[in-house]
Amino acid sequence: MRRLLNIRPKRGGRFFLGFFPLAAVGVAYFAASAARTAANPADKLLPTPAEMWTAVERMAFTVDPVRGMIPMVADTGASLERLLIGLGIATAATLIMGLVLGLLPLVRAGFGPLVAAISVVPPIALLPILFIVMGLGEASKVALIVVGIAPFMIRDLASHVAAIPEEQMVKAQSLGGSTWQIGLRVALPQAMPRLIKCLRLSLGPAWVFLISAEAIASDVGLGYRIFLVRRYLAMDVIIPYVIWISLLAVAMDLILMWLSRRFYPWAHSARDA
Amino acid sequence: MSILSFRDVWVEYGEKIVLEKVELEVADKSFVSIVGPSGAGKSTFLRLVTGQEAPTRGRVMLDGEPLSPEPGPNRGVVFQRYSVFPHLTVLDNVIFGLDCAGSPLLGRVFGAKRKAAAEQAEALLTQVGLNHSLKAYPAQLSGGMQQRLAIAQALIRRPRILLLDEPFGALDPGIRLDMHVLITELWQEHGLTILMVTHDIKEAFKLGTRVLAFDKRRHDPQAPHRFGSTAVYDFPLTEKTRQVPPELAGLAKEEAA
Ligand SMILES: Nc1ncnc2c1ncn2[C@@H]1O[C@H](COP(=O)(O)OP(=O)(O)OP(=O)(O)O)[C@@H](O)[C@H]1O
Ligand SMILES: [Mg+2]
Repeated sequence: MRRLLNIRPKRGGRFFLGFFPLAAVGVAYFAASAARTAANPADKLLPTPAEMWTAVERMAFTVDPVRGMIPMVADTGASLERLLIGLGIATAATLIMGLVLGLLPLVRAGFGPLVAAISVVPPIALLPILFIVMGLGEASKVALIVVGIAPFMIRDLASHVAAIPEEQMVKAQSLGGSTWQIGLRVALPQAMPRLIKCLRLSLGPAWVFLISAEAIASDVGLGYRIFLVRRYLAMDVIIPYVIWISLLAVAMDLILMWLSRRFYPWAHSARDA
Repeated sequence: MSILSFRDVWVEYGEKIVLEKVELEVADKSFVSIVGPSGAGKSTFLRLVTGQEAPTRGRVMLDGEPLSPEPGPNRGVVFQRYSVFPHLTVLDNVIFGLDCAGSPLLGRVFGAKRKAAAEQAEALLTQVGLNHSLKAYPAQLSGGMQQRLAIAQALIRRPRILLLDEPFGALDPGIRLDMHVLITELWQEHGLTILMVTHDIKEAFKLGTRVLAFDKRRHDPQAPHRFGSTAVYDFPLTEKTRQVPPELAGLAKEEAA
């Protein structure tokens, strides 16, 4: 009898194994929602697929006459813009700070404790400060995402760069590499796949911070919308929005994974390819 | 003619003395094998020459000049592991040295310069037998091939000294024999001075023109860390004396155990 930890699903089997729990959740939901609607046709808690589809048609395919735009498209655009700007700034900061901190002991001694101190502050607790300092506009929402994910990413990347084997660093120097050349040709390329991995792990928190900021102060955005319609118990809108947010998150994750495999094949062993 | 001289060199870490009173001259184009028990300071000795370590006392001289306290292109190194770049192909690993020399700003040469660099790197890779794997990444190579790559990479800047720290320690016996042939060939062709640390005493005597054994000369049972190692045996080898002498037979057994 093989050990459980040695049994690996094959490609088709993996798809089936992954698909099955998802399908089970869907079926369970539809059954529960059908039962509740049968008992009480006005039930709002578990809307049927048909009810949700009506809501989606209203939110995603119809121009809102008052505001002159399609709500879901406007929400998605606003949220993605905030998210991507926040992720972009955090990634750029991580790349620069992570490399410098990881590569130069002098900078690590100077700024390491500061970064470590910042990264233990719960970002949501900083949100009021950001609102006070930056106002209720776009800047504070983007800033929350940056403050929320950058310290973790910087620390992770810095420790990854610092852990490049000393043998490699000595070899590079013995081949005449300067600090700049070693940063550019040895540390940077080895940091990139890790940065992408780190970004993938940060997508979840980034969405959390985005939705929190939008829930508190906004007039458009996916997070704003679900907290707005919550007042009317509009589960028929909330559930499709949550599914849509999840799909966006999964798409971003897949794109990042593809980028890493495409440009840094050496960082991916044959087994996880 | 001596290329390296050690004048009364001591290395201490706080209270602990690792090397004491090392007095040595290393002749140009010699092949020095370094043996000794684990912890005797063999790697520390080599790190003095790479520039990773500065002596606490005394001086290390290269061609009569004090050694620069940083690794540099006149001293190539190969470690037991991790000395190639995992993110570069075989060819790019070897070109790296020429990239650094030719382009301070971008760390990468282009155009005609790149072509010349690739030709030079390929010639060296052919010499170590890796000309069929130019586009492979190190993770796709066997242990022996990775060490061949590490050696080719270390030679591209034409160093005068090659430092090897247990370079074949992780290889199978058969592969080791191939590597012995290779390193002897390269040593002669490139006119290198080689310092090689090894745990295999037969290898030390087979390859070297001189064998150094590091160990403690004195022992204080109360405070063992207060005495450092030094070169306790120093054998020049000729073709006739390539046998492990009785004094070191005990060491050979200890290593085999
Ligand atoms: N940075 C350091 N701080 C304190 N002690 C050190 C340091 N580096 C090495 N040592 C000590 O110096 C001694 C010699 O180490 P070294 O690595 O040179 O031995 P070695 O002869 O190469 O051993 P091995 O055969 O196991 O590789 C060891 O006792 C080690 O603990
Ligand atoms: Mg050692």
